[in-house]
Amino acid sequence: MSDALLDVTNLTVRLPVGTELRPVLRDVSLRLEAGESLGLVGESGSGKSMTARAIDRLLPAGAEVAGTVTFDGSNVATLSGSALRRYRQQVAMVFQDPRAHVNPVRRVGDFLTEALRLNLGVAAEGARRQAVDMLDQVGIDHPDRRMRQYPHELSGGMLQRVMIASALLTKPRLLLADEPTTALDVTTQAEVMAILDELRHQFGLAMIFITHDLELAAAVCDRTAVMYAGQIVELRESERLHDDPLHPYTAALAAARPDIARTAERLLAIPGRPLSAFEAPSDECAFASRCPFVADICRSGLPPLDRIDSGASRCFRAHELRGRLSAVRS
Amino acid sequence: MTTPVLQVDGLRKEFGDLVAVDDVSFAVPAAGSLAIVGESGSGKTTIARMIVGLERPTAGTIAACGDDRSRPARSARDRRRRGRDVQIVFQDPYTSLDPRQCAHDAIDEILRLHHDLAASRRRDRVAELVDLVGLDDRQARALPGALSGGQRQRVAIARALAAEPRVLILDESVAALDVSIQAQVLNLLADIRDQTDVSYVLISHDLAVVRQLTEETIVLRHGRVVERGRTTDVLDDPQDEYTKLLRASVPHPGWKPTRRHIAELRKEATEA
Amino acid sequence: MTTIVPLEAVEVGEVSTRGRSPWQRLRETGVVGMGSAAVLLVAIIAALIGPYVTPSDPNLPNISLSFVGPSAGHPLGYDYQGRDVLSRLLAGAQSAMLGPLVVVALSIAAGVLLALVAAWRRGAADSVISSGLDILFAFPAILLAVLATAVFGAGLTAAALALAVAYTPYVARVLRGAALRERSRPYVAALEVQGASAMSICWRHLLPNLGALIVAQATILFGYAMVDLAAISFLGLGVQPPTANWGVMIEENQVGIVQGYPLPALSAGIAIVLVVIAVNLLGERLFERQ
Repeated sequence: MSDALLDVTNLTVRLPVGTELRPVLRDVSLRLEAGESLGLVGESGSGKSMTARAIDRLLPAGAEVAGTVTFDGSNVATLSGSALRRYRQQVAMVFQDPRAHVNPVRRVGDFLTEALRLNLGVAAEGARRQAVDMLDQVGIDHPDRRMRQYPHELSGGMLQRVMIASALLTKPRLLLADEPTTALDVTTQAEVMAILDELRHQFGLAMIFITHDLELAAAVCDRTAVMYAGQIVELRESERLHDDPLHPYTAALAAARPDIARTAERLLAIPGRPLSAFEAPSDECAFASRCPFVADICRSGLPPLDRIDSGASRCFRAHELRGRLSAVRS
Repeated sequence: MTTPVLQVDGLRKEFGDLVAVDDVSFAVPAAGSLAIVGESGSGKTTIARMIVGLERPTAGTIAACGDDRSRPARSARDRRRRGRDVQIVFQDPYTSLDPRQCAHDAIDEILRLHHDLAASRRRDRVAELVDLVGLDDRQARALPGALSGGQRQRVAIARALAAEPRVLILDESVAALDVSIQAQVLNLLADIRDQTDVSYVLISHDLAVVRQLTEETIVLRHGRVVERGRTTDVLDDPQDEYTKLLRASVPHPGWKPTRRHIAELRKEATEA
Repeated sequence: MTTIVPLEAVEVGEVSTRGRSPWQRLRETGVVGMGSAAVLLVAIIAALIGPYVTPSDPNLPNISLSFVGPSAGHPLGYDYQGRDVLSRLLAGAQSAMLGPLVVVALSIAAGVLLALVAAWRRGAADSVISSGLDILFAFPAILLAVLATAVFGAGLTAAALALAVAYTPYVARVLRGAALRERSRPYVAALEVQGASAMSICWRHLLPNLGALIVAQATILFGYAMVDLAAISFLGLGVQPPTANWGVMIEENQVGIVQGYPLPALSAGIAIVLVVIAVNLLGERLFERQ
C-alpha cells in the first residue's frame, strides 16, 4: 500500500461562510500510482475542484481539514518551507482560465523560465533552451518568437499550451488539471487533450483530470471518480464506466447528455438540481432525492463506498442494480 | 413553402479591418429551427447580435416577419414591435437578469411593455409563463441571487417568451449549465416549441445540443458559411473538411484524440 | 508558486446582502455603525428643530458675559460677544447640515446624469463628457468656491453651488466606470432587444444597481462639503455673522483659543468633526461588503 504516489484518506474539508463552517468535501479517499491517470468528474458544487485544491494545499484561509493527503510517503499537511516548495514542484497545476493565472505584463519567456531559474537554479541560457524545447513539445510553432511575446498576443488555446509547458518544465510527478479545456473551442480542446495525453505518457507523469464531461475524462484517464455533493460516489475503470456503471448518478449523468450520433425523442433529465456538499443530508444518500431507483433503504443512512469488482460505488442497491443502470439510456 | 419568419441575405459585418461576418444568408420558416454552428471568432454571436439589433450590419438585409430590421428602429413603437418579432436568451445565466428584480417583476415589466393588459390578466399571464418554464411561485418571487444557474436560465426564457416572439434566438443558452440541468432546459425548449409555433435559431458550438434541438444547420468558419443542410445529414455525413474536423473533435465513448489525426484534419480543413 | 484561488460561490452557497431591510443592514454594522447613526440622528434633529428649542436667544449679545465659562443653564458657556454657545450651536446646525446636503444633492444629481449619459451613449458622448470632467478636475473645490463668492457676493448659496460644481467630476468619474460595467451586462441588452426605452432602462435598472455606490459617494462627499463649507464660512465668504453657523462660530471665537477660552470655538469644531466622522464611518460600514 505504501507504493502509491498519492494517497488521499478520508479527506473532509469545511470552509467558513459568514459565521459557520460549511462542508465542501466529505470523506474523500483515492489512491494514485506513479504514472497513473484519474478523472474526477462532477457537476458544479460536487467538490471536484476542491479536491485538487486540498491536494495542492491551495484551500482558502480558515479551511478546516480532516483526513490525510500523503504524497510519496510524506504527509502533505505537515510540509513547510523548502519541503513544501519541493512538493509544489512535484505537483503542477493547470487551470481552466489560463489568463487569470499568468502575469499579463511579463513575457512568455520570463514566465516559463522563472521557476527553473529561481527554484531549480538553472542558468539563464539553459532555462531558455529548456523552455523553447518544451514549447516545441506542446506544439507551439516558432517557440523562439513566442518567448518574446506577451500573454495577450496569444490565443486562449495557445496560452493553455504555454501553461502546460510551464507545468511540465519543473519535471513534476503529478499533474492536477482543473478543467483545462473547458474554456477552449472544441477543435482546440481535442488538440490540448491529445498533447496532455501524449506528453503525460512520455514523461511518465501521474495526472488528476478534473472535468464535468465523463467522456472527456475517459479519453485520457485510466480510472474515473464520479463526485456528487462533496463525495466520491463511484470509482471505476474509465472504459467500463459508460457500459457498466455502478452508481445511478453516473448512469443518469451519461444519459442526460445529448448524443451527437443519435437524436433522442426526449433527454433523460435528472429531476431537481445538483446538491452542493453543504446542502446534502447527513443521514441518507445524497442522491436519493433525485434518484430513479430510490428505495426505503436509501433513506436509512449514509451509504458507504463499497468495492464492487475492480471499482467502488456509494449505493446501497449497487449489486442489485448492476446491469440495469446502463439500460436506462435506451 | 410559406414565407420565412426570419430571412437573412448577404449579411456582412466589419469591425475595422476585420471581416467578422461575410456574405451569410439563411431563412427560418415558422415553427422551424436552425443551428448556427462555429467556434469562437466564427462570427456566430455577431450574427445573433445583428438580428436582434444590438449591432448594425455593414451590408446585407435581415427581415423578420416580412419587416426589414437591418436599419435602426425609428420610433419607440417600432422598437417594441421588433421586440415582439425576435427575442434572445443569452449564455450566462448569472448576468442576464437584473440582480435586484425577481422573476415575477422581470416578466411583468415585459408584459407591460408589449401588451395592454389589466393587472389581474397580467398576473395570470406571469403565472402561466412561470409555470411554462417549470418554476414555482416561491422561485418566481426570489431574487436571481437565490436561484441556481438553471433556474435563472428558465427565468430568462420566460422573459423572452413574454413578448410572444415569432423567433427565439438561443445564444449558447444551455452552454453554461450543468449536464443534468442542461437536459432539463433542452426538454423544456422542445416542449415550448410543441406548445407554440415559435422558431428557434440556436447559436452553439456543441454539436450534440444542435442535433437535439434543430432541423437545419449552417456551419460557420471565419465568418463564412462552409456547410449547410439538414442537421442530421450535416452531423452524420459531413461534406466540408472543417465540419469533419469539428465532428471528430467531439468527445464520445471510445474517443481518443491524437495529435497526428487532428493535425491531418486541420490541414485538410485549412487547404479546402 | 502560490496562486490566488477564487472560491466559486456555488461550492459553499452565497451570502447575499441584497434584499434585506435597511434596519437589518444597520444592525449588521455593529457598535460603530449604530453609534455613528445615533450621532447623525442627533445632528439631523438639531438641524430640524434646533432654532426653535434654543434655551436662550442665540443672537442676543451681552459683552459682560464675553467668554464666561459654563454655568447652570449654559453648559457650554458664552462666546466672545457673551451669547449662549449651546443656543448658537443649535441655531447654527441648520445651515451647517443643510449646506453640505445641498452640495451633495446637486453634485450627485449632476454626476449621476453625466455618468449615465456617458455610459449609455458611449462613443463620442462619452469622450466629450470625460474630457469636460478632466478639465473641471483641474480646479480645486475651495478655489472655485472663493471665485464664485467673489463674483456673486459672499453667502452660502454661491459657495454651495460652486462646491457642487467642483465635486461633480469626482462623482461622475466613479459612477461612469460602474455604469459602463452595468451597461455591458446582458440583462441590459435583453431589455434593449425587448424594445424598452433608454430612459426606462436607466431609471428602473441601472440606477437601482448603482444605488449602493451612489450612497457611498454621497457619504464621502457630505464630509468633504461640511469641512469645505465651514472653511468658507471661516474665511468670511459663506454664512455672514451674526447668523449662527458652526464655521462662523470657529472664526468668531478663534481669539478665545489664544486667550485661554477654547470652549466656544472647540464646541463648534467638535460638532463638525463628529458629524463628518459619523457619516464616513456609517457609509463605510453600510457598503463595505457590497
